[in-house]
This record gives sequence, structure tokens and C-alpha cells, in this order.
Amino acid sequence: MRPSRVSSVQRRRSGSFWAALLTLVLAMYLTILPIPGWPLDYRPPWVVLALIFWCFAAPDRVGVLLGFCIGLMMDVLTGTLLGQHALTLSVTAYLAIMLRARIRIFPLWQQTFFVWLILLVERLLTLWVVGATGQPMPPLTYWTPSLISLFLWPFMSLLLTPMERRVGPS
Amino acid sequence: MALTRDMFAVSRDPFDVTILLRSAAIKPLFARGPSPTFRVFLAALAALGLILADHRHQHLAMVRSALAFVTYPIQYAADQPSALVRMTREQFASTDELRDENLLLHRENLLLKARVQQFEALEAENIRLRDLLGSSLDLGERVVIAEIMAIELAPYRQQVMVNKGTKSGVFVGQPVLDANAVMGQVVSASPFSSIVLLITDADHALPVEINRNGLRTIAAGTGLSEGLELLYIPKNADVRVGDLLVTSGMDGRFPAGYPVARVTTVRQDPDNPFTTVIAEPTARLDRSREVLLVWNLSETSRQQALAGDAPQSRGTE
Repeated sequence: MRPSRVSSVQRRRSGSFWAALLTLVLAMYLTILPIPGWPLDYRPPWVVLALIFWCFAAPDRVGVLLGFCIGLMMDVLTGTLLGQHALTLSVTAYLAIMLRARIRIFPLWQQTFFVWLILLVERLLTLWVVGATGQPMPPLTYWTPSLISLFLWPFMSLLLTPMERRVGPS
Repeated sequence: MALTRDMFAVSRDPFDVTILLRSAAIKPLFARGPSPTFRVFLAALAALGLILADHRHQHLAMVRSALAFVTYPIQYAADQPSALVRMTREQFASTDELRDENLLLHRENLLLKARVQQFEALEAENIRLRDLLGSSLDLGERVVIAEIMAIELAPYRQQVMVNKGTKSGVFVGQPVLDANAVMGQVVSASPFSSIVLLITDADHALPVEINRNGLRTIAAGTGLSEGLELLYIPKNADVRVGDLLVTSGMDGRFPAGYPVARVTTVRQDPDNPFTTVIAEPTARLDRSREVLLVWNLSETSRQQALAGDAPQSRGTE
């Protein structure tokens, strides 16, 4: 009886990896999908949000390495410097994993605030790379996507608890 | 039925054992693996190395085009909704509309053909005159039509992705035109797609001359899709609103003589030691759907053109 239980947990964990990958690919798709009439500045940072979500839900499967790989794909997808998204997304994954245990016991609004902080760090790092490599500086609306996520995260965290119960660490 | 269930049970057991063994072998490895701090340190170092290599030395074209194999399906999928909308619209276009469009195109074709007759004679004459002057002229380009893919690239940059890549012979630095004027140049090419930096990007500048008097200058992008700025125009230079700017070919990248922009503002700002000149691109940068990728002709085909024959490879593929 015992072996089959262990294996099912194992299978569920590797299943969580594939689910995370699928979600992240979907997030990338949403990032480059042109939507007519959609204001460019208000597009939520789908990939960053999905990465934080999976770092919270399955920290032993999703982490810095996956963030790095997804970042490289984002760089090629959106034509930015190779390594720009890789840097920001691996740092995002790291912060999410480190803060996870502390944040999970907080009330929702505090949790949202910390997620917002992670998103701000991601924006700041991107801005730093953009500035250091002499690319044109973005306008102030550059920061709006992180504000949009403030409203998105509470809904995502509703999904987090059942997901964690399914795939999270025992 | 009972037999199959038994077989299934038997076949499932070894599978579980292998899983168990694998998990036993892997689990401690994960527990003892490098800490997230160490990993993020490595990842950040690797990313910074990549950024440096890509920004300073442009050595990563191979890596980029290899990764593009993985990402192309996503881009292709993202392009599909708008392709579908376009296709549906074409499907349901009425016969009247099609007939009208056909008539219009027919007329335009006739007009253009008439103009080309003149153009070929002028071109040969121009080459001969230039040869007398000892200056060369790049002309007789080979052209391929590419379509812009409906994909959002990096925000706040003026870039588009087109559906032709190195498989079609596209190379980095290749000039891109639309039906009216210069649009930009290819900055990265993967097998099936390439990214075009538009002339209005704040990182882009190209040498131009004023068609009226041959005054040479540089047109730099401003990051806005309707403005180019002419750099270093002296206070007393002869620039007027409405002047057409054409490529000067001084960069050896854009062929000479293609229209780029039209001057819209000439202003003397007190804080600017030069004249502020703003020009609007003639290319329909945010409206074109098809773009032209241009190859310069080789020396031999140039000689053929000089001899009076129309270049063989002129025209679209």
C-alpha cells in the first residue's frame, strides 16, 4: 500500500511541473497576443504573476532554474537583450521562494502587498538593465502593470490554496 | 475482464517500484542540492554574462535562433487570431467589393507600368552619368515580400516581427521598405522570422539627404511612431517644411535614393545650438501589413544593368 502512495505523490509533483510549464507558456502567449483596443500599458505581467504563483504552490518543482529558462524564452519572444528577462525572472523566482513561508500566514492584503513588492523589484531590475545598456527610457506608465497585478493577485491566491493542497510539499 | 484486470495489476506493480526507486535516488539529491541563494547567484551571473555578450559583442545570434525554434510556435499561435479575422473578412467580402478592388488594382497596375517604362530608361541613363562621374550607385535590388506578424514585442520600442527568416535569405542589417518608403532594418533573424527595428525607434538613426538640395544629415528616431529628428542642422541651413528626405546611401546599408520622411517642423529653439527639425516618416509604419526585404545586386548584375539590359533578378519573388 505504501509504495503506491509515495509514487502517486511523486507523480503529482512532476505533474505540477508540467502544469506550471503549461501555465507559463500560456502566460507568454498572453503577453505577445495583440488585442485590439487593449491599452498597451495596462497589460498585466502575466509571466511574472504565473511564476510567483507556481513558486508559492510548488516550490520544490518550480524555482530559479525554470525562471531563468522562461526568461530566456521571453527574451527571444519579445526581442529584448538576451538575458534581460532571464535575470529578472530568476530573481523573481528566488524572492518568491524565500518569502513564501513567511507570506503564506499573512492576511490576504499583506500577502498582496508583498507580491507587489516582488513585482516592483522585477520592474526595477528591468529598468536597471535598460538604463545600463543605453536603451531608450520608458515613460512613467512603465509601472502601471505592477499596479494592475495588485487587483489580480487576490483572485490568483484563491486558486493557490486548493492547488497547494494538491501539489504542495507534504 | 477479470483476466485483463489481473494483467493490469501485475503490470502496474513494477512501474510503482521503479518510481519508488527513482524517488529514493532523487529525493536526497534535491534535499542536498544547491540552496536557492546559490542558484540565484549563478543565474544572475549567467544572465549578466548573456546581457553583456549580447549588448557589446552581438555574438549570440546562434543562441537566439536556436531558441527561436522553441518560441516560434507560440508566436505563430499568437498571430493566428488576427490571421483568422483577416481570413474571415476575405471570405465574406462581397463580389462587388472584389470587383471594385480588382478594377482599382488594374488601373494602378497600368499607371505603374507606364511609369516603369520611363524609369528603366532613366535608370540606365543615370548609371551611365554616374559612371562618368566615377561614383557608384547601388541599384537593381532583389526584393522579397514579407508579412508583419501580429505580435506584441518589447513595449516602448519600435519593432515589428516579419514572417521571413534566414531560410529566405534574410540577414541582420538588411533594409526593409514598404510600398512608400524606408521602414527600418533587420536586427535579428531566426530561421522562420526576423525582427525589424523601425526608423522611429529611439535607438535608430540613418543618414539621409534632402532631395531638393542634397544637404546631408542624419535622421534619428524619437521613439514615437510619427517623428524623426534631424541632427546637427546648422542655424543657417536651407531646410523648409515639406522637404523630402531620401536615403543618402552613405551608411552602405540602405540603398541610396529611397524616400524616408517629409519635414513637418523647422524651429529655432533658444537652448539648441542647432535648428530643430522634425520630419514625419513617409512609410506607413503602423499601418502597413506587407513589407519589402531588399537585397543589393552584385557587381556583375550592375554591369549588366549598365550595358542597358534590365537586371534579370529585378522584381519580386
